[in-house]
Amino acid sequence: MRMLFRPGLFVGLVTLLCTYSGTTWAALSVFACEPEWAALVEELGGDRLEIYSATTAQQDPHQIQARPSLIAKARKADLLVCTGAELEIGWLPLLLRKAGNARIQVGQAGHFLAAEYTDMLEVPDKLDRSLGDIHASGNPHVHTDPRNILRVADPLTQRLKAVDPDHADDYQQRYQAFKAKWQDAIDDWSQRAAVVEGKNIVVHHDYWSYFTHWLGLNKVATLEPVVGVSPSTRHLAQVKQLLEKQPAVMIVDTSYMNDRPVMWLSEQTGLPVVTLPATVDYHGGETLLQWFERLVVRMLEPLK
Amino acid sequence: MNITFVRTALACAAILDIAVARGAADIDALNKKLDDYEQRIESLERKDAESSRATGGAVDYSRRKTTNNLFNPAISVILDGVYANYKNEPDDYRIPGFALGGEAELASEGFSLGHSEIVFSNNIDDKFYGQFTLAIAEHDNELEVELEEAFFETLALGGGFSIRGGRFYSALGYLNQIHEHAWDFKDAPLVYRALFGNQYFDDGLRVSVILPTAVFLEIGAEALTGRKFPAGGEQDGVGSWVAYSNIGGDIGVSHSWQAGLSYWAADKIEREYGGHGHEGAVEVPQFAGDSRTVGLNAIYKWAPAGNYRERNLKLQFEYFNREDEGNLTLLNSDPLESSTLDSQQDGWYAQAIWQFARSWRTGLRYDRLDSDNKGSDTDVLDEAGLLSYGHTPERASVMAEWVPSEYSRIRLQYNRDDSYQVSDDQVYLQYTFSIGSHGAHAF
Repeated sequence: MRMLFRPGLFVGLVTLLCTYSGTTWAALSVFACEPEWAALVEELGGDRLEIYSATTAQQDPHQIQARPSLIAKARKADLLVCTGAELEIGWLPLLLRKAGNARIQVGQAGHFLAAEYTDMLEVPDKLDRSLGDIHASGNPHVHTDPRNILRVADPLTQRLKAVDPDHADDYQQRYQAFKAKWQDAIDDWSQRAAVVEGKNIVVHHDYWSYFTHWLGLNKVATLEPVVGVSPSTRHLAQVKQLLEKQPAVMIVDTSYMNDRPVMWLSEQTGLPVVTLPATVDYHGGETLLQWFERLVVRMLEPLK
Repeated sequence: MNITFVRTALACAAILDIAVARGAADIDALNKKLDDYEQRIESLERKDAESSRATGGAVDYSRRKTTNNLFNPAISVILDGVYANYKNEPDDYRIPGFALGGEAELASEGFSLGHSEIVFSNNIDDKFYGQFTLAIAEHDNELEVELEEAFFETLALGGGFSIRGGRFYSALGYLNQIHEHAWDFKDAPLVYRALFGNQYFDDGLRVSVILPTAVFLEIGAEALTGRKFPAGGEQDGVGSWVAYSNIGGDIGVSHSWQAGLSYWAADKIEREYGGHGHEGAVEVPQFAGDSRTVGLNAIYKWAPAGNYRERNLKLQFEYFNREDEGNLTLLNSDPLESSTLDSQQDGWYAQAIWQFARSWRTGLRYDRLDSDNKGSDTDVLDEAGLLSYGHTPERASVMAEWVPSEYSRIRLQYNRDDSYQVSDDQVYLQYTFSIGSHGAHAF
């Protein structure tokens, strides 16, 4: 039996190598790291695409592991759409190495990073880990500004056309339709949310920087003392003191974070807490438009 | 669209047009037609330039580079240190029924540096990835530098295939592929300590493939030199083989799992036991013969809604069974003592790790070993430590960690160790820090 093993293994491998042929997929397979890009690519490709979102709105996209199911999905993908800006640095490089898929490697047409097409906020002048888990490329949560969605939609459409040239016209048409619809929506949201411009807010984590930048909100304090580090009671007390001098109208929290420090500060100051959904509930069938509508409505609630 | 072709076609069309209109005396009409064609060519040229800019053609797609340190490799340094306290004398440590080798000994009592590591890694080009790991440790006041990993891996084979070559940790076990500083306990499970001298690596080649199935299914094989413990000796060509398979997936959004099966084979090896600091005039047991190991593992992870940020649970189980057949010799003995050896050794561990807050984790582990070794001369087996005397080695461990960030960890661990007949209480206080590039979140 022992003697059988070596030839057995060899024959097995050779058979595998010879009979193995890549399965052809009817639909173009898209692997999105975050739900917002899954939702956007769906707007641009519709039913033509088989889309998989690696994370949900309830998950911190930084804290993901290159787990078996993700490797299996990445192995089959024709196009990978992620945020970049080191948001997925803990798991995407490992996933790419493990997937054995040449199409989605760095530099290939099937490798698309959204943050390469937007202007970045909060690019650190100094790179030092004592400042927390900072990102050298700047704040990676670019999708919270609806204008960035449009900035990404154009190059993403071009990329879809490059990966699937047979349906280039279809992608272009869908992009034009989406662009018109989205531009109207941005105008509508901007008009309705004009009342919040210049208002002071407190945030838990610097997740909403692009969103607040768009609406012209003024962040007076962040509950995390440095990026990615939970607030200590001392730091919370300092924020409370600061708020006495610079009153704010609300505390903005993110759906996937522990809400205890936020609740404490709210009790102490009487400020309303606005917990914003980190991203579109793609798995629940929500569209980008519906998600942004939800964001705007929630932001306006405490000001009524 | 090929612009040269378009240009030629349009020019031909223009000439034909002119030819057709040759009878016409109206030169103005001809000029107008020419102008019209000129404009159409210009407009087509513009469109073509735009579309090649947009699709990028064969040029690179990235506008902004985010590589670590520009073109330098990603570098990380691991600082690791431990304060150890034992009830028993650590030099007395043994596991009856298992002759130890590799790095199986206990950490020195009191304060000591653990495995300090330097890791360099990066994509080499668009087709290869490379990684280089140096471990620096001190044994008996002597600084030892060990090359733990130096491998390349293919990126662009496609079809789910990868080839890894060089020196690397074998895929024969789940924990075996994880760097020591990323383990959930300070010390290796007893079965890893007893069979592999903590961790098994060798030089060779690995071919693996991820199959295009809905569940994750990976099969792979390694061809290794067979010169590293628990193999050994002067081997020509391939001295040991590993075949393995892993399967895994998700159940809903909160649960993930993976299960693996492996087989390790090494023929005509010369395995020397003893490990560090036991060289010299002392008798060194050596096994010469054929060895087989079968491994099984299962991992399960849970996090509420799949969000690992605040709370998560990890269950881990591994089992190994080794069969050795050959001869056992006590090197340096005079006259040379030897015996036949027919050995069956197995062991397993199970552990649970619970992260109950953003920066806090705690865990439990239980280890158990079993052996049945026979030979023509029991005295030789006894000298080598291969007789169990009816003792079942086992160990229970508990640990708690404070993890202020992804780069730092302070751990307190207690073991109730029954590796041999006298129970030992072992306490470790350990720090592990990582400076440099961001580590990988492996499953």
